[in-house]
Amino acid sequence: MSTKIPSYSPSATLGIRVEFIRQIKRRRTLVAFLLVIALPLIVVAAVTLGPSADGNGGGGRGGGGFGDGGLDLIGLATSGAWNFTLTMLLFSSGFLLIIIAAMFMGDTVASEASWSTLRYLLVAPVPRRHLLRTKAIVGLILIAAVLITLVVASFLIGALVFGTAPLTSPLGGALETGESMQRIALITAYIGVTLLFPAGFAFLMSVLTDVPLGAVGVAVVTVIVFNILAALEPLGDLRRLLPTNYGDAWLAALSPTISWGDMVLGATYNFVAFAALVAIAIIRFDRKDIVS
Amino acid sequence: MRRFSSLVLAAIMAGASVAWATSAWADPAETLTLPGAPTSALDRTPVQLEMDIYRPVQSPAPAVVLAHGFGGSKDAVAQEAQFLAGRGFVVVAYSARGFGGSTGDISMNAPEFEVADASKIIDYLGQQDYVIQEVAGDPVVGFAGGSYGGALALMIAGYDSRVDAISADITWNDLEAALFAQSTLPAKTTGVFKELWSGLFFSAGLQTTDGQVTTCGRFTPTWCAAYSDAAAQGVLTPESRALMAASSPKSITANITVPTLLGGGQSDSLFPLQQANANAEQIIEANPSTPVKVIWHGQGHDGGVDESERLREKMAQWFDTYLSGAAPVAGATDFEVSLTQGSAFGNRGQGTIEVLTAPRYPGIFGAASNTITLGGPKQDILAPAGGVPAALSSLPGTGGLAALAGSLLSLPLPNQTATFASGPLVDPLRVVGAPRALITVASAEPLADVVLFASVRVIGPTGQPLLPKGIVAPIRLTNIGPSPTTVKIQLPALVLEVSAGERLALVVGTTDQAYRLPSGPAVYSIELADTELTVPIVPLTSANPTTPLWVTPLIGLGAVVVIALAVILLRPRRGLASTRADLLDVPIAVEGLTKNFGSRVKAVDNVTFRVPRGVVLGLLGPNGAGKTTTMRMVMGLIYPASGNSFIFGQRVFPGAPTIAHIGSFIEGPGFLPHLSGRANLDLYWRASGRKHLDPHLAEILEVAGLGSAIDRKVRTYSQGMRQRLGIAQAMLGLPDVLVLDEPTNGLDPPQIREMRKVLKDYVASGRTVVISSHLLSEVEQTCSHVVVMHHGTVIANGTVAELLEGRTGLRLEDVFMEIVGEGHEVVTS
Repeated sequence: MSTKIPSYSPSATLGIRVEFIRQIKRRRTLVAFLLVIALPLIVVAAVTLGPSADGNGGGGRGGGGFGDGGLDLIGLATSGAWNFTLTMLLFSSGFLLIIIAAMFMGDTVASEASWSTLRYLLVAPVPRRHLLRTKAIVGLILIAAVLITLVVASFLIGALVFGTAPLTSPLGGALETGESMQRIALITAYIGVTLLFPAGFAFLMSVLTDVPLGAVGVAVVTVIVFNILAALEPLGDLRRLLPTNYGDAWLAALSPTISWGDMVLGATYNFVAFAALVAIAIIRFDRKDIVS
Repeated sequence: MRRFSSLVLAAIMAGASVAWATSAWADPAETLTLPGAPTSALDRTPVQLEMDIYRPVQSPAPAVVLAHGFGGSKDAVAQEAQFLAGRGFVVVAYSARGFGGSTGDISMNAPEFEVADASKIIDYLGQQDYVIQEVAGDPVVGFAGGSYGGALALMIAGYDSRVDAISADITWNDLEAALFAQSTLPAKTTGVFKELWSGLFFSAGLQTTDGQVTTCGRFTPTWCAAYSDAAAQGVLTPESRALMAASSPKSITANITVPTLLGGGQSDSLFPLQQANANAEQIIEANPSTPVKVIWHGQGHDGGVDESERLREKMAQWFDTYLSGAAPVAGATDFEVSLTQGSAFGNRGQGTIEVLTAPRYPGIFGAASNTITLGGPKQDILAPAGGVPAALSSLPGTGGLAALAGSLLSLPLPNQTATFASGPLVDPLRVVGAPRALITVASAEPLADVVLFASVRVIGPTGQPLLPKGIVAPIRLTNIGPSPTTVKIQLPALVLEVSAGERLALVVGTTDQAYRLPSGPAVYSIELADTELTVPIVPLTSANPTTPLWVTPLIGLGAVVVIALAVILLRPRRGLASTRADLLDVPIAVEGLTKNFGSRVKAVDNVTFRVPRGVVLGLLGPNGAGKTTTMRMVMGLIYPASGNSFIFGQRVFPGAPTIAHIGSFIEGPGFLPHLSGRANLDLYWRASGRKHLDPHLAEILEVAGLGSAIDRKVRTYSQGMRQRLGIAQAMLGLPDVLVLDEPTNGLDPPQIREMRKVLKDYVASGRTVVISSHLLSEVEQTCSHVVVMHHGTVIANGTVAELLEGRTGLRLEDVFMEIVGEGHEVVTS
């Protein structure tokens, strides 16, 4: 008997396409995409149908007169599709997108373990590192897809309901449409990058546990704990070390001149943290006894 | 020079100072009490000044004296002192007379008291061998401070020729002009009393050491009387004016010839940028060769954006250059401004800052000017009776949020403001300095005292006019009548970017809560005398210091880490493969496999056996005998503690290509529940890396026997259906070796019979099958060879015929019981 295995090639195992098909039809994938489409719809409904819809919406859209009082965030959000998109990003970047990122990356390996499919993939045999690589890539693609869906859906819904007035800020002024598009693209990209830390952490958890919900939960709870730490004044500058510290650095992209400092730092931090967390995941997975 | 100096802030923001105090810093090298200048004109005994001396690692060294802000003490500058000592200076931090543990009364930096005290400190430093001396008694010394301490630095530089360099932040040039603000050009009459700031300022000096409540606190009687006159009657006596003039750097700026670093705060309604500008212009005018650097930073007495780290570094660089004789920092310029930018959302205390520089200080009216055409009819505005309600622009003493809140919330009150707006700007505009405007003011009834507040505001797309930094220009006019009086106004100095499409507006109002207002009521008519608003501009280049120096290496390091991890970890593991030539024709060989779970229990203990080609081999044993663990090790799912397995002579490790020889079914089926059986088989095949091999799907589907259910989602399947689909999956591509763990679980007798036939046919073509089972009779009917395991060890190994030899009539079950002895329950079918 020959020791050659005809046609088998480690690099041909579990391709991106195959993994994508395996993941895309899952209910949680569908729910994630529906959520980010529903969010702008809910906000539009709240603004246009809510009890104080006349006062708020009118003030913002009409450019209310003097003595209007306070800064009208929702008024600003409803002044056009770009601002609306920005507001949706603001609303979702703190929590919703983090949960979705943690879900896509946290459940990807653990759910295979819970379905008992992990061992069958590994004895196909899909090399362990190859399996993690494919899983991580497909997870990141799905996160990016959800983020882009959120932005596109928000923009289209915003454009239909509020028109396409360019990006404005109460302190920084208005931007041209082309500039608005660049800024929103930059902000979207940066928010995507800040999701790398929760994604990487969830991925590590996914490798360490066989309980999909546990992996996602631990990652989300960790982000929440970091946010609580970030709110503790006595920690002072130590808080700059928290990976979640740079979550809102994209606000700097709204200024007339973009200041890159914090965003560059935040992006570096997230890339390094992601690489380190995934590296730990790979090393742990390499050495793990698969008993699921 | 930073927030420590912000006198009242320090007192009011007690919480913040607690945070500072907790920072870990070394103690000062030496604490002592120094006799200062006489206590008062009558009492010639010297005041006792408490001071800390911080020494650098190397001495002798140049000295820096740190003067604290109003309401503070030497402890308020401890952090700065540590910092400068770390930079190689001898640092003296002392409490000014009337503050902290120093005796004496507050005279607001009077030349014969506070300034003379400072000279005594220079005398002291002139006797110390750890301070570099120019000549005996003349040490190399700089003075630095903010606000109250900043004024002292300027005063001592004017009065004592031994001072070699100074740094003065957010301080006054002319105390009268600062507290009685007048924004007309020229400023003829006494301005509007800054009531709220003055009150806060004064009350910070009221705290007595013995806790007694007095009207004058630690102020000298003359200063106390001056404040009482101003606060109670709103009048400025000639005596008070003289007192303030003597305590103003303006009186001696002509004598300042040492390098001077001047800071002005954009968020400072107490000592606005005009005060820093006046200091700079007077020093330069008197001695044009004097090095003067001006920084318009983003903080100030109103809070603003915290830039203390950057400013502290600037101060250290200044003293490095002019006290230590270090080369000037490359690219150093005479003028720096911080362009602070708020964001649309979230009022982060940390706004974003872009630092812009110009080689020369252009003055408050800019290097050049633009004109913006304003429009708007004559407007009548009301000065309400008693001055209430009053507009809110700055919030003296609240710090932090005030600047941002001010710019967001300081919307003009209706009826009290006249607004003259421009059209939308065609080009973006950057304002650096104080804009100027020309208006007329009239009143139907003659009025002796008229107070107005003028500001430049930005009207964005929301239509709300926003007041940058919350700073307004107070105007006091006398004798206004029906015929219009033309007034030229110097508006607050700004560093502001206005986008194309936005509009600028000149807003003139009648009230502001921070100022003393006439009791009114009155109605004024305001009209533009000139539609042109003169806007100062300065060509600036970006210094971009918001990214600290260590960021670039950090990014580089980050990239290296990411790439290194990717390169190392994304390659498949190598070095694990090895070949045994003698086993090339043996489908599965297990040699000495051992595995522990937990500390003691040996799940598998030194298991050795071979699976010959072309047979159905049964791996037998009760539940927990170690069958599944052995199989998982053979498949590379579990690392053995010791021993090896080989598949066709190739050593097994996780993901070893040789595992591809085996189709397996281990410990129950595993499928994606949301996909159909067919999709599961298809995807599994596509994931198995055998692209060009025929999966023999038709034969496989026949084995599975699921009929049309193959297209239903797996989550709808029964246990038996999944079991059959699992076995079918193992047979995909008809592998050389089939390993089936408990394959008959959940199958009914006809299906079991069918399975036996399938397996016998499978080996007929030279392939090999390994079945593990605890059902001994089941194995007996299917297998030609058996390996019997019990408690993790192999207790019998051979053909079925060999095992039964000499035991006529017995079945495998009986043989097993005989080998393991009595007392073992064996499940039989």
